[in-house]
Amino acid sequence: MDNTILRTEALHAYYVLDVYGKQKILKAVNEVDLAIQEDEIYGIAGESGCGKTTLLKALAAAVEPPLRVMSGRVTYRIAGEEVDVATLTPEEKRKLRLEYIAYVPQGSMSVFNPVARIKDTYRDFIESHISAGSKTEAFDLAREHLTELGLPIKILDAYPHQLSGGMRQRVTIALATLLKPRIIIGDEPTTALDVVVQRGVVQLLKDVQRKLQNTIVLVTHDMGVHANIADRIGIMYAGKIVEEAPTDKIFGAPAHPYTQYLINSLPKFGDKTPRESVPGSPPSLANLPSGCPFHPRCPHAKDICKQEMPGFTQVEPKHRVACWLVGEGEHGKAA
Amino acid sequence: MKVFRDLLRDYRFFWGFWILVMMLVFAGLSYFSPYDPTLWGEVPRDMRPSAEHWLGTDSNGQDIFWMATFAVRNSLTIALIAGLVSRVIAVTVGMVAGYLGGKSDRVLMFVSDSLLVIPLFLMIVLLAMLIRNSMNVVSLGLLLAIFGWAWDARLIRSQILSLRERDFTKTAVLSGTGTLRLVINEYMPYSTPLIFSTLINNMAWAIGLEITLAILGLLDLSIPTLGTMLYWAINYQAVLLGRWWWVLTPITLSILLFIALYWLSVSISEYLDPRRRVQRVGAA
Amino acid sequence: MFFRRYLIPRFIQYILVIFFGITAVFIIPRLLPNDPVMRTIGELRARGATLEPGAMDKIITDLTQMYGLEGSWFDQYIAFWQRLARGDLGVSFFQFPTPVSTLILTALPWTVGLLLTTTILAWIIGNVLGAFAGYYAGSRWSQALDGVAMVIRPMPYYIFAFALLLLFAYAVRWFPVSGGAKLGMQPGWNWAFIQSVLWHSFLPALSIAILGMAVWFQTMKLVVQSVVGESYVQYARLSGVTERKIVSRYVFRNALLPQITGLALSLGLIFSGALITEIVFSYPGLGTLLYRAIINGDYNLIMGITIFSIFAITTAVLIVDLIYPLFDPRIRYS
Repeated sequence: MDNTILRTEALHAYYVLDVYGKQKILKAVNEVDLAIQEDEIYGIAGESGCGKTTLLKALAAAVEPPLRVMSGRVTYRIAGEEVDVATLTPEEKRKLRLEYIAYVPQGSMSVFNPVARIKDTYRDFIESHISAGSKTEAFDLAREHLTELGLPIKILDAYPHQLSGGMRQRVTIALATLLKPRIIIGDEPTTALDVVVQRGVVQLLKDVQRKLQNTIVLVTHDMGVHANIADRIGIMYAGKIVEEAPTDKIFGAPAHPYTQYLINSLPKFGDKTPRESVPGSPPSLANLPSGCPFHPRCPHAKDICKQEMPGFTQVEPKHRVACWLVGEGEHGKAA
Repeated sequence: MKVFRDLLRDYRFFWGFWILVMMLVFAGLSYFSPYDPTLWGEVPRDMRPSAEHWLGTDSNGQDIFWMATFAVRNSLTIALIAGLVSRVIAVTVGMVAGYLGGKSDRVLMFVSDSLLVIPLFLMIVLLAMLIRNSMNVVSLGLLLAIFGWAWDARLIRSQILSLRERDFTKTAVLSGTGTLRLVINEYMPYSTPLIFSTLINNMAWAIGLEITLAILGLLDLSIPTLGTMLYWAINYQAVLLGRWWWVLTPITLSILLFIALYWLSVSISEYLDPRRRVQRVGAA
Repeated sequence: MFFRRYLIPRFIQYILVIFFGITAVFIIPRLLPNDPVMRTIGELRARGATLEPGAMDKIITDLTQMYGLEGSWFDQYIAFWQRLARGDLGVSFFQFPTPVSTLILTALPWTVGLLLTTTILAWIIGNVLGAFAGYYAGSRWSQALDGVAMVIRPMPYYIFAFALLLLFAYAVRWFPVSGGAKLGMQPGWNWAFIQSVLWHSFLPALSIAILGMAVWFQTMKLVVQSVVGESYVQYARLSGVTERKIVSRYVFRNALLPQITGLALSLGLIFSGALITEIVFSYPGLGTLLYRAIINGDYNLIMGITIFSIFAITTAVLIVDLIYPLFDPRIRYS
């Protein structure tokens, strides 16, 4: 039985910019096929500037100029029906947000309305989706909700700048679960936090997922966080998914040279040899190298790598990789 | 050069730039003037525009076209003196306050805040009343410079504050770069465009004040400027007597100058802010 | 915390600015080597002002006092403040012997009435237009308004006064172009007088408001455009908050904050900001009073207006600074 809840098919999303009369195209999402399952935590990893946040915007059906979907599509499965998000009206999309698909931003200083108390943000979110209820009822609901998640109620009276970064991040997660959505997507929710706080936030996300039995799509460049939380990981490079596998396979048997670099650059206990990082810097999305975009940084690059982009090879069930070193590129299906 | 070509694609920069170039050429013509601007009665009075006197003549018996070339030259000189001298003050204050921080920052910002709430115009009037007869191009320029730096010092300070937080500052400080070297070599290149756009704004402000002071008769009225031309036109009731060419010449020139300077500064500061640059989105 | 970090520094600044500003007014006439009293008298004579001999003596003592030229500099300075503390700004000498404070107080309601209403009206209209233009930045009408503002904004304020004067004095005579009310009308709280005042203030008000609206429009439009890009707006959108709430509670609310500070600074310009407008329309306010003082060489009156303005402007700015925290919790609790 197909459990796919969130799917992309040959998705291309580009930024089309007009910089003083010259058109500039950034290929931020370039041919991406994903099939994200119900009740899983799917991690998307990659360096900054690889297009992962853009992919997230496309998944959230929040594509606005200058970003444009050039081809391909994104579908949600709502009540057993596959729905192409491009066919939804703005009002339908608005209703799906928070109720069906919720978004967790980075809990930065400016993530909440700086002139409103947290309880006002709660009220705005609640009133936008549940018609009935007065101001006090909305506050009661907020209080109940926070208690359930083990967060202090007194933060409701605070202004955003009075909260710590960790607390702001927790509140964004709490708000995302308010209406028990089927999908939660998180954009670097752990990035700006110190390690101890980070662990608490990861734990909160895990608890939330266990309770709601829903899907979490998590974007972060931090492989440590992925190792802790993700069931499956997609590695993104220059707008493309280059490898996808269950977490233990990604860490245990990475197949793509780029993934190998990412894994090898992680520190290990007791191992004091210097960590090797990826040589060179990520390519500009405005001016991608020919063939496989990784070839200029790849130590094993062959002639064909410079000419043609490899398709996916199915290394084993649920593990696919796009690299000429691994296979001849018979098109591995998104699984 | 690439920056310049990019900027010229913006209609405001394009027009602002060319109007200003034309103004400079016009001001340069004053060196070829057949008439001495300090002498009256050189030409017949109150003539309509004609082939001989392109913009007519005024009630003082001066040729308006050639007077206008002197007026633009003097007004621009006043503005340039005011702008450049106040830039020196604003940049020094802004950089010192922004870089040193602490007490010197508080003192300098207190001074500039105070200048912002004090009725500067009235202060200038008080001073100008006393030295009215020696209010020439240079002294007026300097007087305006003393009062015209406060706001721009604030802008420069906040830019330095944000530069100080950047990584390269720490790198430079840790590798032993001296404060002065750091400010001049590392910060100046970042601040130059901002300083330039504040210079343009300040020049527009100076021209406006020059005109106001002249209309009130607080300048040496024998020096032709855009303001003193208007003063004489108003003084001789040129509007009531229907001598439109006399009034319209300084007004048109000053409006062109104001628009040119303003459009240049808007265009440059928009170019400086990459967020706004990218907002000019193309629809495909 | 709020008291120590916000209120107290502002009060100190308020006191210091008044102190230094008025001290500067005290020092300026002393910067010149020649005797300012005889200088002023000389100028008066040169302008052919006819003064009776008795008045001349009084003016000389008065000027000597006002410039504070009796005794040492320190004595002079103390005496200067003592007179100010009594609200005594000396006498005008072109309307001898009317006290300067009386002249100011007569002109003040006209200027404040005209400029306060136009500043606030322009602020409201400009902000509303700018807010919508910023929110619908891509639309055609927004860009058209932006183009209009681009042309109006760089103009000096008096251009509009001249233009309206020419238009309504010669082309269409719909509105009176001179004075504050119908000549010979007794000021008072009756409908006929108020109507006449409103009627007469229409053109000067319009000429000031045009530029003001363009300025507020432009800044508001820019602020709204940048607030729309803030993460809290994006986040609210991605959480399906209704657009009406986003506009009113997120975008406009936050965009208004810098505009409040801007209003404070422009209130400061009220006392000298429309000088030429008042002259052009012979409006009986402070601007015209100042103009007459300048052309008559009435230094005492100019000093009085300056001292009064320093006081009024700093107080206006202080009041807005005190109100501002009500709108911005970041200042209230930090």
